[in-house]
Amino acid sequence: MSQHTLSVLVENKPSVLARVSSLLARRGFNIHSMAVGPTADEGLSRMTIVVDAPEMEQVKKQLHKLINVVRITELDPDDSLEREIMLVRIAATPGKRGEILEIGTIFKATAIDVGPTSIAFTVSGEPRKINDFVELVRPFGIVELVKSGRIAMARDLKSRKLKAIG
Amino acid sequence: MSTITGAQALIKALEYEGVEIVFGVPGGAILPAYDPIIDSPIRHILARHEQGAGHMAEGYAWATGRVGVAMVTSGPAATNMVTPLADALVDSVPMVAITGQVPTHAVGNDAFQEAYTTGITMGATKHNYFVTDAREIPDVIHEAFHIAATGRPGPVLVDLPKDILNAELVWHRPAQLNLPGYKPTVDAHPRPIKEAIKLIETSRRPVMYVGGGIIKACAHEELLRFAEATQIPVVTTLMGRGAIPDAHPLALGMPGMHGNYTAVTAMQKSDLLVSIGVRFDDRVTGDPDTFAPHAKVIHADVDPAEIGKVRVADVPIVGDARRVLQQLLEKWDHETSPDRTEWLDTLRGWQRDFPLHYDQQPDGPIKPQYVIEELNRLAGPDTIVVSGVGQHQMWASQYWKFTEPRKWINSGGLGTMGFAVPAAVGAKAGKPDELVYAIDGDGCFQMTPQELITASVEGIPIKVAILNNGAHGMVKQWQNLFYGGRLSAVDLGRDVPNYVKLAEAMGCVGLRAETPDEVGPTIEKSLSIDDRPVVVEFVTDTDEMVFPMVPAGGSNDDIILSREDLP
Repeated sequence: MSQHTLSVLVENKPSVLARVSSLLARRGFNIHSMAVGPTADEGLSRMTIVVDAPEMEQVKKQLHKLINVVRITELDPDDSLEREIMLVRIAATPGKRGEILEIGTIFKATAIDVGPTSIAFTVSGEPRKINDFVELVRPFGIVELVKSGRIAMARDLKSRKLKAIG
Repeated sequence: MSTITGAQALIKALEYEGVEIVFGVPGGAILPAYDPIIDSPIRHILARHEQGAGHMAEGYAWATGRVGVAMVTSGPAATNMVTPLADALVDSVPMVAITGQVPTHAVGNDAFQEAYTTGITMGATKHNYFVTDAREIPDVIHEAFHIAATGRPGPVLVDLPKDILNAELVWHRPAQLNLPGYKPTVDAHPRPIKEAIKLIETSRRPVMYVGGGIIKACAHEELLRFAEATQIPVVTTLMGRGAIPDAHPLALGMPGMHGNYTAVTAMQKSDLLVSIGVRFDDRVTGDPDTFAPHAKVIHADVDPAEIGKVRVADVPIVGDARRVLQQLLEKWDHETSPDRTEWLDTLRGWQRDFPLHYDQQPDGPIKPQYVIEELNRLAGPDTIVVSGVGQHQMWASQYWKFTEPRKWINSGGLGTMGFAVPAAVGAKAGKPDELVYAIDGDGCFQMTPQELITASVEGIPIKVAILNNGAHGMVKQWQNLFYGGRLSAVDLGRDVPNYVKLAEAMGCVGLRAETPDEVGPTIEKSLSIDDRPVVVEFVTDTDEMVFPMVPAGGSNDDIILSREDLP
């Protein structure tokens, strides 16, 4: 099943998160990730929801029926900016540290905690880059992994045009 | 500035919305609201069970077109309200439920009679509110009524903690609505209207497939004009019975699992479905892959989520059913109607060859269909008919000849047994000058009979016909057809309760008809009583089945017309 990213503008009111997640559950749509936070307008919050579903039409229409949902945009991966942040602790005996730190450097991952048996990194960026990093360090042994969930916004129209020309 | 309590503000806000009647049951957390209602012109009808209060509010809304209001306390009262809310949600019934809640400081502490009402009802309401500031009450109630009544109507619940009801506030008239995420589309976009007209012009075997949306939008006059102008025959779903008079030459009656042959087959053979205010429910389509396989689909609905949910629409139209039909009529500029003689003749041939039928022997048991026909004949077409769910509901929908909208009230989508009696009470409360006759089954009746006490005590003289076949008839029918006749847990017995005595015990008149020749006179007797509710038990044939029938999930092409047709 394919993943779709929805950017959902909602009223900043109690239970809105519960309404959205319960509706998705009730209609049988699986949430891959969900990131929620305030916007520049204090009356509104933004949810970035990544949904596993064959098609998005019903998901969007059903979400629109929620009174507190103001606007829904489905983001085309080619025309949007997607970011994620990850905290990951990797098993690292002193002999492996150097190699792991080297991989970290390539991915602009910052080592934020080093212990006798592990190193913790923070890495942010496009979800694909983060996944690549995870795959590279997986053989060393992942002790713990936390992702923020994807956040996304559409590209500026101008840059989209440029891309089309390019 | 002088202040009032949250409870006073609540009642004042209800008055501001023009509420005439509140159906309810008091209790601990809602107590504060039951004091100011004493001094209010709003009539409170004391139901005997919260579910009853909810269905009464629904029946009131069905009959009057206005928002029905139910008010109950917290905890078990709120959970008892869940069924009416779920019922109203799927059948698009405008309703506002007010529930009491434990005081704010106790919320989340498993206090006495605490239930997570807004959480529990999230999936059973169009929207709900948990009020944490008394000053919000006027606006919240105003919004609740607006949301319940507009767009696709539905139930809205307002949960009010007791301390909020007791808190003081300065009353203000509800401010402008602040609902940035709620803007139902009323007028349709002109482009699909044009496309729809094009399809209608070239179609050879069109069918209008209309439902509850026509009734809700008061679009019946426009429907009739459009059907006549375009000469398109009309099927009316269970929710849309009465949208067009059944006696009209273009009316085909009810489609679906227990629809008549012509309505079902017209859709199967159609090349164009003009669908308005319907949702392609599984009880209509049967197997969706084989439903109306040759038809292009025009689908108009005020709820965009219904369009394309089950069947892809060739022409999707988002808009209020009445506005859509007006817009279609404006664009239909033909002086004369298209010649559809061939198609209409085919349909008339089917109507002639495959009518609904049953066999009432003069000395045999009473056939339920005969009761419906006799009721229809004697009570007349102006009667508001209210049914529960099951065989009796199907027979009522099949055999009653509807002449206008809002005369047929039932639980369509949720299929709530026990709906009829309380819904009839609500309908009669809202339309006191009209004859309200519930047609119920014995199984359904036994789920909510206590509301006849409400009817007696509150002076709401409804009439209830019980088609007593001593069984959960529809379940029995399925066990006979699909479980090799192995009957399980369907026998209700014929003799207990004694319905006549039960009716009398609840302050009603109880009557009974046991033979076909008693049916007419007993109905006449029931019609002569109008100072009390009347319950009439008809002892009917326990083996009668509802036909035609399309087995669940089957193709509408495989419609079974009668017992003799069974494979």
